[in-house]
Amino acid sequence: MSIVTVILSRAFKAFVTLLAIAVLNFCLLHAAPGDPAVVLAGEAGAADEQMIEQLRERFGLDQPFYVQLGKYVGSVLTLDLGYSFRQGAPVAQLIAERLPATLLLTLTAFVISLVLGIAFGVAASARVGKASDSLLTTLALLFYATPLYWAALMAVLVFSVWLGWLPGFGYETVGAGYTGLARAFDIAKHLVLPALTLGLFFMAVYMRMTRASMLEVSQLDFVKTAKAKGLSGPAIRRRHILRNAILPVVTLAGLQAGQLVGGAVLTETVFAWPGIGRLMFESLAARDYNTILGVFLVSAAMVILFNIVTDIVYRLVDPRIGAKA
Amino acid sequence: MWKRFSSNIGAMIGVVLLLAVIGIALFAPLIFAHTPWQMVQRPFLTPFSMDGLPLGTDTLGRDVASQLAYGARVSLLVGLVSTLVALLIGVPLGALAGFYGNWVDEGAMRFTEFFQTIPNFALAIVLVAIFEPTLASITIAIAIVSWPPVARLVRAEVMSVRKREFVDAARLAGLSRPRILLTQVLPNTVSPIIVMASLMVATAILLESSLSFLGLGDPNAMSWGYMIGAARTVIRSAWWLSFFPGIAIVITVLALNLIGEGLNDALNPHLSRRGKA
Repeated sequence: MSIVTVILSRAFKAFVTLLAIAVLNFCLLHAAPGDPAVVLAGEAGAADEQMIEQLRERFGLDQPFYVQLGKYVGSVLTLDLGYSFRQGAPVAQLIAERLPATLLLTLTAFVISLVLGIAFGVAASARVGKASDSLLTTLALLFYATPLYWAALMAVLVFSVWLGWLPGFGYETVGAGYTGLARAFDIAKHLVLPALTLGLFFMAVYMRMTRASMLEVSQLDFVKTAKAKGLSGPAIRRRHILRNAILPVVTLAGLQAGQLVGGAVLTETVFAWPGIGRLMFESLAARDYNTILGVFLVSAAMVILFNIVTDIVYRLVDPRIGAKA
Repeated sequence: MWKRFSSNIGAMIGVVLLLAVIGIALFAPLIFAHTPWQMVQRPFLTPFSMDGLPLGTDTLGRDVASQLAYGARVSLLVGLVSTLVALLIGVPLGALAGFYGNWVDEGAMRFTEFFQTIPNFALAIVLVAIFEPTLASITIAIAIVSWPPVARLVRAEVMSVRKREFVDAARLAGLSRPRILLTQVLPNTVSPIIVMASLMVATAILLESSLSFLGLGDPNAMSWGYMIGAARTVIRSAWWLSFFPGIAIVITVLALNLIGEGLNDALNPHLSRRGKA
């Protein structure tokens, strides 16, 4: 299969999945206690009788179930995610405004966790059984057990409140009026703590996986051959072992994408990062279901996109897969 | 097997830690004279500053140590029950898919894949928000997002076990297919399921605490995540209010992970350590 057919088949699958999630959303709205129109309007108190009547009409709540479902799915397909009465704006617009911040945060965290995780994993496997290996594996185990939001809070406390090194709040300095490079630098400074804390947990996961995978590959025959050729330890690790050991790590990283997006809700909440996760948190207290479900749908779409990208990367890293499939 | 498990230092540390947490959870009413909701002193009392209130008081003057002890109950209960429910969904589904194959397998795996694609924490948030936060809805939401890996594991195990000779022997002996699955195949898949379950309890505790941190906890149950969420806004003046519950979560989750790894090494000594990162 060529890359193009792979992408096309993946895109079709993604479409079906998103359709299924839209149906799931619809069912959830109807399963919620109370009148769906009132539920949709949220508990913001902003919804009056007239608005609720409009909602009833728009979703055809007096019509049979399948007509309602069709209307709902149809509007989702045209990227109409409904209206947020609490925020006073269409949900799609709210999400579009906030999506870039979330993409920046999750992608940065993803790259950091993957690069550091693989680097530490390789380092640990090279010193297997020694004190530094035990230290790294113990740290990984600890990060693995640490709640994301708590790590974020503690990072704010130490690096922002106590040491004053980095900003622990927001996306950029409000009212500083930075432009161009200065603005980019300012945003980068705000990005450090959220991206590091979001990446920490996943770094631990990738480190353990890399270490295990490196140790396993280093038992194989071709490594013995490389040793017999007289290659140095680091050269064998880099050119022979790592290249083969990295594949399961990439697979795992793709599977973990969903957790990364979910974790963004917590990180953005702690750091007041203006992304869709924060939007979801703000909507929870008001039970603004339109927004909650909209964010849910978009984050699922992000995960699917992540998966497709890792799949393509995987094929590029290991050409054998393309030939086989 | 017990010998291998008990010689694993990490696993034994895990057992000791977990027993301590369980003990505190069980005997919370005996250790603390007041409930976690009672005002006992002035608010924002710093830790170690007054006898009887070792960890200080929170924003409403409630005993932090007592809150921690009662929070352990919620964490352990939700962790355990949601894992059991996830097993009740995942094991039958995976077993049927792996044993019967063909369209049963195809259907079950599509269904599982769908749930694996959905970001699980986001789905848990949506479920709890829509069905109102109660211990029951939180437990079920966590179970709903945690079962897919179980189904995949059980499917893979059943597929490999059903090809063994003793299964052919059972068929020749005239056993019916469901009976073979229940009495011959499934018992041979128990040990990886136990390992996975112990790690799932840890993940479930993290999920529960994350939900209650966001304000989606049962309002009638004191939990660690709620404590951190409530103390978040006062972190500058009262860091200990967020610090101690976090430590409690780390200890409990770490203990369960250590036990899970110990069980894995003890039950599946022939397997390498890969694939469970």
